[in-house]
Amino acid sequence: MPLKIISSQCTSCSACEPECPNVAIYEKGGTFVINPKKCTECIGHFDTPQCAAVCPVENTCVIDNSVARYQAPA
Amino acid sequence: MQASAQHEATPAAPVVNVEDVMQKVAEHKGCGTQGGSGKASCGSAAGQGDLPTEIWEKVKNHPCYSEEAHHHYARMHVAVAPACNIQCNYCNRKYDCANESRPGVVSEKLSPEQAAKKVLAVASTIPQMTVLGIAGPGDPLANPEKTFKTFELIAKTAPDIKLCLSTNGLALPDHVDTIAGFNVDHVTITINMVDPEIGAKIYPWVFWKHKRYTGVEAAKILTDRQLQGLEMLTERGILCKVNSVMIPGINDKHLVEVNKAVKSRGAFLHNIMPLISSPEHGTVFGLTGQRGPTAQELKALQDSCEGEMNMMRHCRQCRADAVGLLGEDRSAEFTTDKIMAMEVNYDLDRRKAYQAKVEEERLAKVAAKQEELSTLAGQNSDIKLLVAVATKGSGLINEHFGHAKEFQVYELSTAGAKFVGHRRVDLYCQGGYGEEESLETIIRAINDCHAVFVAKIGGCPKADLTKAGIEPVDQFAHEFIEKSAIAWFKSYLDKVTSGEIEHVVRGDAEIRQGALIAAA
Repeated sequence: MPLKIISSQCTSCSACEPECPNVAIYEKGGTFVINPKKCTECIGHFDTPQCAAVCPVENTCVIDNSVARYQAPA
Repeated sequence: MQASAQHEATPAAPVVNVEDVMQKVAEHKGCGTQGGSGKASCGSAAGQGDLPTEIWEKVKNHPCYSEEAHHHYARMHVAVAPACNIQCNYCNRKYDCANESRPGVVSEKLSPEQAAKKVLAVASTIPQMTVLGIAGPGDPLANPEKTFKTFELIAKTAPDIKLCLSTNGLALPDHVDTIAGFNVDHVTITINMVDPEIGAKIYPWVFWKHKRYTGVEAAKILTDRQLQGLEMLTERGILCKVNSVMIPGINDKHLVEVNKAVKSRGAFLHNIMPLISSPEHGTVFGLTGQRGPTAQELKALQDSCEGEMNMMRHCRQCRADAVGLLGEDRSAEFTTDKIMAMEVNYDLDRRKAYQAKVEEERLAKVAAKQEELSTLAGQNSDIKLLVAVATKGSGLINEHFGHAKEFQVYELSTAGAKFVGHRRVDLYCQGGYGEEESLETIIRAINDCHAVFVAKIGGCPKADLTKAGIEPVDQFAHEFIEKSAIAWFKSYLDKVTSGEIEHVVRGDAEIRQGALIAAA
């Protein structure tokens, strides 16, 4: 339950890519995308998702409700 | 500066030796100019003066650090650093950064390898290109790997090119040692405030240590980091220029405090730039209707800070992929496709030979100015006025009025000719005919000037300029700017003395907003 990047708003500035603790972000077709299998919403790493915190365009790195939420291992 | 010059030369004794006075002012400010250059600014000195040799070597052919050098030497920026770690209200990241680059012009992102190739291609084509800067379009130090990889590649292949970078300062303290390690001589920090309350009106947030901070807290972190970074750089002997965006009603008066704060921490040069806030750029300030300063407001602030330190007035607020002399943009000649297809032959000897010729040209210009300046000795007048100049570079009046994309503005007084700024204008001449509307734009842009010096001008604009009270002057075509301006000023003073003309103070002028687009 990962985050996703709304590609129409992405400026392709790459700020999110190195901030991701899971190395889930990569460039694809001119904008950046999040690999939903790797994204943990930064749970266990930081208080807030890093991509959303560093993104210069508001509401561009958002929760992707179409995918089940991440469960931290018990 | 004029005030202090008059102060030191008592009114009882007319200014007989301008050179001595200028040198005294320069010494008072802790830096030298070659006597009589007409401006006491390290960043603008025509010669070494009493500047320490190591500093002179660093600035003498850096167009951004020396006003005088910017007529002769070119720079380029490579856009390898798209990410940023703060948000500014004058910047919209959907386009380019409006601060370190011109807004509304889409730049190609480059990899460090592409950037290195581009630098070699440009350096081979433009031998007077002496400086490579990384200025974004985000923040170079928010992209440290790409920035330093680029420096590493260029230092290897083109060791004669000076490296510099421009940063918002948030990450600066973490990278000062690396910067010093790459022999980066020049660093620019954009500092718009030293008071977090004011900063909160300029910066909505900063991203620091894995957290987004907002409001006063964010501005406090930013200002602390900026000033710490500045101190660390100056301790290491790296020259620092401070850029400040003048935002009327928010930080305009406060910039005097900023000036003192950065001066006391060893900044070399202060560059106060007008806010760019066209609504179409989609910035917060553009959308809230925050205006930029007028030409007079900007000059008044620059003048009031000049007593404290050296002011840069020739900044073109260029984009993060600009190429060429400061007033021109040749980036379209060097797109990635074109440079990859170019055969590059980096010939260091040829570059050196070319630059030696530039130095000769430059010395001739300074000598001509000194000679003309001596004719002003004995003149005693309080008259100070502005003139606009159409130039393509080399310190010459060598541009047709209708082809000028900008005018350089000089302040004339009995102390000489002093560069005080430039005005961007729309191309007046398009396809060989003038357009009335753009002529009005030009008149608004240089409305505070008494005369405009050109290589050539058509009959129609000539009449309209005269009607607007701006004298078109074409008799100094292809001659040195300062020499000609001083000669014209001398004859102006003579006419005022003889009663032939009456000196009238001019009004304000408009700073043109928006991007300078390469001539179509």
